[in-house]
Amino acid sequence: MNNNLTFQQDSSTITSIENDLLRHIPAKSKKFNIWIGILLIIIAIGAFAYYRQIRYGLIVTAMRDYTSWGIYISNFVFFVAISLVGSLVSCILKLSNAKWSIPLTRISEIIAIAAIICASIIIIVDMGRPDRFVNVLVHMRIQSPIIWDVIIIATYLALSFLMLYVSLIPDIALCRDKIPNLPKWQKKFYRIFAVNWKSDPKQYKIINHLIAILSVLIIPVAFAIHTVTSWLFSTTWRPGWDSTNLGPYFVSGALMAGAAVIIVAMYFIRRHMALERYLTEKHFDNMGRLLVLLSLIYLYFNINEYLGPTFKMVGVEEEHITELFFGKYAFMYWLVQIFGLLIPIIVLVFRKMRKPLPLLIISGLVILGAWFKRFLIVIPSLQHPYLPIQDVQDSYRYYVPTWEEWAITMASFAGVLLIITILIKLFPVIPIWETIEENSNKIEST
Amino acid sequence: MKSEERRSFLKLGLALGGTALTGVGCLNSKSDQSEEKVKLLSTDGKLVEVDASKIQEVDHHHHHAMSRSESREGIPGKKFVMVVDLARCGNARKCIESCEKAHHIPHSRPFIKVLKIQDNPDSSPYWMPKKCYQCDNPPCVKVCPVSATYKRSDGIVLIDNERCIGCRFCMSACPYSARVFNWSAPEQPADYDLPYSPETSVPSKIGTVEKCDFCPDMLRDDKLPHCVTSCPNGALYFGDKMADSVTNGDETVRFRKLLEDKGGYRYLEELGTEPNVYYLPPVDRMFPFEEMEEDS
Repeated sequence: MNNNLTFQQDSSTITSIENDLLRHIPAKSKKFNIWIGILLIIIAIGAFAYYRQIRYGLIVTAMRDYTSWGIYISNFVFFVAISLVGSLVSCILKLSNAKWSIPLTRISEIIAIAAIICASIIIIVDMGRPDRFVNVLVHMRIQSPIIWDVIIIATYLALSFLMLYVSLIPDIALCRDKIPNLPKWQKKFYRIFAVNWKSDPKQYKIINHLIAILSVLIIPVAFAIHTVTSWLFSTTWRPGWDSTNLGPYFVSGALMAGAAVIIVAMYFIRRHMALERYLTEKHFDNMGRLLVLLSLIYLYFNINEYLGPTFKMVGVEEEHITELFFGKYAFMYWLVQIFGLLIPIIVLVFRKMRKPLPLLIISGLVILGAWFKRFLIVIPSLQHPYLPIQDVQDSYRYYVPTWEEWAITMASFAGVLLIITILIKLFPVIPIWETIEENSNKIEST
Repeated sequence: MKSEERRSFLKLGLALGGTALTGVGCLNSKSDQSEEKVKLLSTDGKLVEVDASKIQEVDHHHHHAMSRSESREGIPGKKFVMVVDLARCGNARKCIESCEKAHHIPHSRPFIKVLKIQDNPDSSPYWMPKKCYQCDNPPCVKVCPVSATYKRSDGIVLIDNERCIGCRFCMSACPYSARVFNWSAPEQPADYDLPYSPETSVPSKIGTVEKCDFCPDMLRDDKLPHCVTSCPNGALYFGDKMADSVTNGDETVRFRKLLEDKGGYRYLEELGTEPNVYYLPPVDRMFPFEEMEEDS
């Protein structure tokens, strides 16, 4: 990449790009404050529910001795899945030289970080004794898959932060230099985090190098976080979990859900920040195609996951399959598989359905399906132990999440959105320097 | 037969019992002459000589509660096993009652369950008492992130509820659903002032996992676990695999001979968890199978 070219570019183009992408940072808007207010209220309700859980114990949830994991865990798996999107766009697409994806890199990195932070919080919420969290460090037992998960999630979080930050440095410098009338703290903030960036070609060389290294490093770690998360289940004997297919099944489902999340984020950012010039219909079309591909891969692993046990119909696996296909979870199961997987594949084949609005709706379905799919992975398995459930209170046989669980889950979603909102407000949501660089590459090639 | 009478558990704890008995014996020959020496058997099996005046009686009925670190070591030279004779189980549920009483646990989370099992549609159902199988390849211990649950040299799997972080991975991992959780603050007598020991599993703590512990506090006193002594039908045999001997309180039999004669097996052997609880098939039953009345 030749960075000198950036200076040969038409300076008015550069200025207009900078204006477009920095505009929202100093702007004050009522809509923004209301949005933040709503998120904070949802988080406050979740915090109150958590206070009740701390005070009375996990009894405030619907979890009991058989269904000993509930929507906290399935929500955790969902967030870990979402976090893979960072690696998908800013590493896999980047390394495969899909230049069109450059405006999506920062959005995806921000979503990844927000999701992984909330995944870590939700797993602490699930603990019976969060006050003993330090035991995880003091008495760490490396043989336990939970510890593998802790290590790999921490690694992914650190790498994702680095990736986001390194690619942000030139843009932070722009914020420092080009935005007038900022509050004092914000000026200072940009000055510190711009780490003396001078747009020196040497500096560009260093960060391009760093980004290339990080892109390669993040891919295996991203695959590992979701594979290790699947091992939390596949290292047990539970029906539906006792499967060697679980790693790729989880990873492919995560990439599919991640692509859908990017599309939804893209849609709202484009509308509210007037970025139609940067997030074009072409981006929606491409993401729609990508979503079809990823859904087909997920469909393939779904068939692998269910065909064997369904064909054999043996023991607890049979009970589990029957419950999913015809039992009390059948309604949810078929909704998820049809509206969250099959219909999106068929519909998105048509170009018209890859326009922003239809694609938004389909992506919404995919995300909803992905959330409930994780519910279906975690909960029914626990209700089919090897030994029959007998002689227990009724509450031990069913699992219907309580308001506290929903409130905390909603708060975790609000948390993800809050982190995303704050990061987008603080920084250019589309990498300015990379956009300019890409522009100049185009000029060069023509 | 009263349950106390069955508690003399001959084969267990030779070392401790030996010391205590000898000690008591010596006390009877109370003497003030400090020159007088007595021969005693020490806990590690050595014959030693001490001044008779120095001898103090050890309260061997109430062994001191083992600390959390002491509880991580098994009772030396032992390997505890249980054999459940399904032919003798009449679903009297006395084992559950005595266990609840001894561990101060509410009905909602018993350590023992008596399950109605029907192996196939044509066979007659039977009652199967089920507790923690104290596996030699324990899935729960393998998944614990903080070593709060652990396997001891005597085969017992215990839980340190002052270390447990309440992640419940062990509950998901256990294929026998042997573990229960303190979802709320445990309802236990407030006057419970004994120090916590993983060997007694009391007092319970909110947000931690519990399960059947084979009553190591009783074993240290050469007594049988509460469930074994409370069974009116002698369905539960307990003993030391090393000594090849198990007893149900009425009769003491050879462990391997019992398995051989009656076709002993382990439940779900194919999972490879290597349980230390064996079952004898429900043949020549003492009781016909009767459904439980739906009351509680």
